[in-house]
Amino acid sequence: MSAVLVVADHRQGELRDVSYELVSAGDGLAEQSGGDLHLAVVGGDVDRFADELDLAGVDAIHTIARGEEFNHDVYVESTEQLVESIEPTYVLGPNSVNGLDYLPAVANRLGRPLVTDAIDLETDGDRLELTRECYGGKVETTIELEGEAVVSVREGEWPAATEPGDASIEPFDVTIDEDAVGSTVTGFEEVTGGDVDITEADVLVSIGRGIEDEENLDLVRDLADALEATLSSSRPIVDNGWLPPNRQVGQSGKVVTPDVYVAIGISGAVQHVAGMKGSDTIVAINTDPDAPIMDIADYAIHDDLFDVVPALIEQFE
Amino acid sequence: MKLLVAVKEVATVEDSFEVDGTEIDDRYLGARLNEWDEYALEEAVQLREAGVADEVVTVTVGPEEHEQSIRKALAKGADRAVRVWDDALADADLLDVRAKTDVLRAVVEEEEPDLVLTGVQSGDDSWGATGVALADEVGYQWAAVVNDLEHDLADGTASVRRELEGGVEELTDVELPAVLTVQTGINQPRYASMRGIRQAQRKELAVKDFSALGLDPSAVEGSLERTAMYEPESESDVAVWEGSSDETAGALADLLREKGVAP
Ligand SMILES: Cc1cc2nc3c(=O)[nH]c(=O)nc-3n(C[C@H](O)[C@H](O)[C@H](O)COP(=O)(O)OP(=O)(O)OC[C@H]3O[C@@H](n4cnc5c(N)ncnc54)[C@H](O)[C@@H]3O)c2cc1C
Repeated sequence: MSAVLVVADHRQGELRDVSYELVSAGDGLAEQSGGDLHLAVVGGDVDRFADELDLAGVDAIHTIARGEEFNHDVYVESTEQLVESIEPTYVLGPNSVNGLDYLPAVANRLGRPLVTDAIDLETDGDRLELTRECYGGKVETTIELEGEAVVSVREGEWPAATEPGDASIEPFDVTIDEDAVGSTVTGFEEVTGGDVDITEADVLVSIGRGIEDEENLDLVRDLADALEATLSSSRPIVDNGWLPPNRQVGQSGKVVTPDVYVAIGISGAVQHVAGMKGSDTIVAINTDPDAPIMDIADYAIHDDLFDVVPALIEQFE
Repeated sequence: MKLLVAVKEVATVEDSFEVDGTEIDDRYLGARLNEWDEYALEEAVQLREAGVADEVVTVTVGPEEHEQSIRKALAKGADRAVRVWDDALADADLLDVRAKTDVLRAVVEEEEPDLVLTGVQSGDDSWGATGVALADEVGYQWAAVVNDLEHDLADGTASVRRELEGGVEELTDVELPAVLTVQTGINQPRYASMRGIRQAQRKELAVKDFSALGLDPSAVEGSLERTAMYEPESESDVAVWEGSSDETAGALADLLREKGVAP
């Protein structure tokens, strides 16, 4: 019997999608190992969150009403104390920005091995096999470990659990050493401003690191003009200051769903794909035929953008 | 104020490569200073230039070959470097977060920095966890995925912005000493100048093994085992246009017109 504990993720009053995906991932492990699935909701509107996460497969929900928003000290202490009480073999959390802010400390406190960004999990109750990507998605690896573990799971990899359940919902008392809380959240800010709203565009010409130099951007600007499309980009282009932040597509940028998304010199890292996989038609122009972007592209040209883009502009002149 | 920056040399992979056992075949690997660490280093150097910090020390867990990347960090402005290597590390086939944390803890205890900066993740293995695990291990405060740091640490607090998903930033005050994991875009990393490269050759690069740091070889006996590495099976049903760039551009133009783009 090896119990599984999953910790939900929420922000600014809403559960994040990964919370429902964690239920699926946790349910899978609990079923394979014949243990119970426990779920923890820490902070925020815990009662509402518990109701929303009372889904098939979940045996018990533990609510910890501490603060409105995520605080890593509260999360670390809560998770640690829950683990001591439930003794789950596996602790699962999100590989979100907040997940990465507390799960490594949880694993460290508990003296358990940590595996981050898992995309597949398999257990016989004793040995856990995890799949994760390396080198920006170029290869996958499997990792095995014996016994207890802390795991963060990639967002969007498991289906969201939807079936209603009948878990027991109970508050869990934690003791938080207020002196140990050394960070204070003072607010949130949305990155706004800029000239266009790329989420409104029907056609996006999106450029990545393959463009190499700022001065080469004119080439894709010309293409966007010729196609009457809007210019967007992957993160490095914004990091370099070549385009403003409101042009960035991806996990930390905008989520876009245009009719046509033309990805030029973009490898298709998971954080980029998170922002554009919902596009109707995806076209990739990339010299690397095995770039991860090919997995979600509908059409592709495996060629140098500096040859293809000028030829394409010519087609519309 | 002393700053410690954890920098790592990461492997880069060519477009075409082969897997050999549970590793990518060496022949297809290159090396670079980890992208995220370049931003962490730049932030540290800027803090020293602003007079907020007095010294920037880098720490690297890696073999002698990695000194090329360490010299690069010195050329970009770090004052001195520590490199940790040991037979025990050379023998380990997978360095997990636990092992890295134990090794770095020994260096933090020796250096006693006020602020430790790491990258959010490394570009090869992408664990994204060492900075926070280290902070917890040495009893420092921390913040993960920082994309802004106020250069005023005078009152013992670091005011940072954490970059959350969906273009939302969290404003957080973190008490020092602390570990911050730095996100790309926080600054514009400089190129090393010729003068910097010359000076780097004369800067101190101390090499320490486990006995020098009082570490036991068991520190790297991880509990994880890498059992396979493979190229993911492509689920793609992508239609690839072949031919000259005129031909492929023509095919794409037809598709775009069909979709009603720029009729
Ligand atoms: C917490 C976190 C959040 C992140 N958020 C985001 C985000 O919101 N958005 C985002 O995009 N990234 C994000 N990233 C970064 C992400 O991991 C990748 O580093 C980034 O997406 C890579 O951008 P790229 O594809 O442009 O560059 P690369 O990965 O370097 O790819 C460049 C591509 O161009 C191709 N290429 C090169 N030259 C040519 C040529 N001449 N012709 C054609 N093709 C060429 C190459 O084959 C390669 O595939 C985030 C990372 C982290 C850790």
